Amino acid sequence: MANYAHPEMLVSTDWVAEHSGDDGVRIVEVDVDTSAYDEGHIAGAVGWAWNTQLCDTVQRDIIPAGDFGKLMSSSGIGNETTVVLYGDNNNWFAAWALWQLKIYGHGDVRLMNGGRKKWIAEGRDLAQDVPSPAALSYAAAAPDNSIRTFLPEVFKAVSAGTVELVDVRSPDEFSGKILSPPGLPETCQRGGHIPGASNIPWAKACNEDGTFKSTDELRALYEEAGITGNKPVIAYCRIGERSSHSWFVLKYLLGLSGVTNYDGSWTEWGNLVGVPVERGA
Amino acid sequence: MKTEDHSERTLELAGWPVRVISYKLGDKYLATADNVSPGANIAKAQGATKEEAESAVLAKAEERLARTRTMPVDY
Repeated sequence: MANYAHPEMLVSTDWVAEHSGDDGVRIVEVDVDTSAYDEGHIAGAVGWAWNTQLCDTVQRDIIPAGDFGKLMSSSGIGNETTVVLYGDNNNWFAAWALWQLKIYGHGDVRLMNGGRKKWIAEGRDLAQDVPSPAALSYAAAAPDNSIRTFLPEVFKAVSAGTVELVDVRSPDEFSGKILSPPGLPETCQRGGHIPGASNIPWAKACNEDGTFKSTDELRALYEEAGITGNKPVIAYCRIGERSSHSWFVLKYLLGLSGVTNYDGSWTEWGNLVGVPVERGA
Repeated sequence: MKTEDHSERTLELAGWPVRVISYKLGDKYLATADNVSPGANIAKAQGATKEEAESAVLAKAEERLARTRTMPVDY
């Protein structure tokens, strides 16, 4: 896998085709478009809905530990299971799910390189049967928040200049020209970005077929913007899913330490009263 | 089931770049439209033919894109 720092974090579509039915392997689809799974999915894959199953449905937060354990158990996932995540939009929410699995300490979780897009473009089989895996015992670890950044830490970082902020949204969102991706509802009161952030759109890490670019290309992409790993990095976007994708790239493909995801992202910062906002490129 | 007749193209709609992906699955065609940057899905549709599915998805996408407000920004 292109000399990545952690090649074990990725599997190919060929690998999934060969191993999806293996004991100890569970394939999970997580899409932006939560109806995509029902249209057709990899045979044997279970589907998780990001907006109801991978979050706290009362307060804004990731899935609570107890619910996480139940979700894993009912999906036929034990603590030793190899979990392979894939989804639409080049694995946006699959990466979000992976980030949460790591927060709760799951050992072996990987992304299918290229996601749903590549699987479909290759003309591979899609199934519509929904599997009913036997429940397995699962114990979620205490949350590891070393890979997550909360608002107070962002405030400190902005004032102290001790971290690199990477805004992975599109250039038009970053500049403040638009308040949400074109065609989607506006979810913030103000446009722009957190002062000092560099704009490195998430999609620049991907090839046309949805797979990740090579190590050299990824390193050049980030180094050009001054992201070298000399300082901790905080990635953010609008709601935290695109930045999970970039977090994955920085942490597992480039091997940078101290990379975190600020999942509050622009829907938090861009709605706060009295915080500094930069506009323009 | 295998997907067939997969295609992908980019065009401009309501002033925004849009990527349309369509394919046949079973006896119907499925089409999605995303906004290229950042790549978020903005519409999906299905139809008996590729043209029908793509025409429907483009109509939905255009309506949603037309609602996107732009703010003046000094660069």
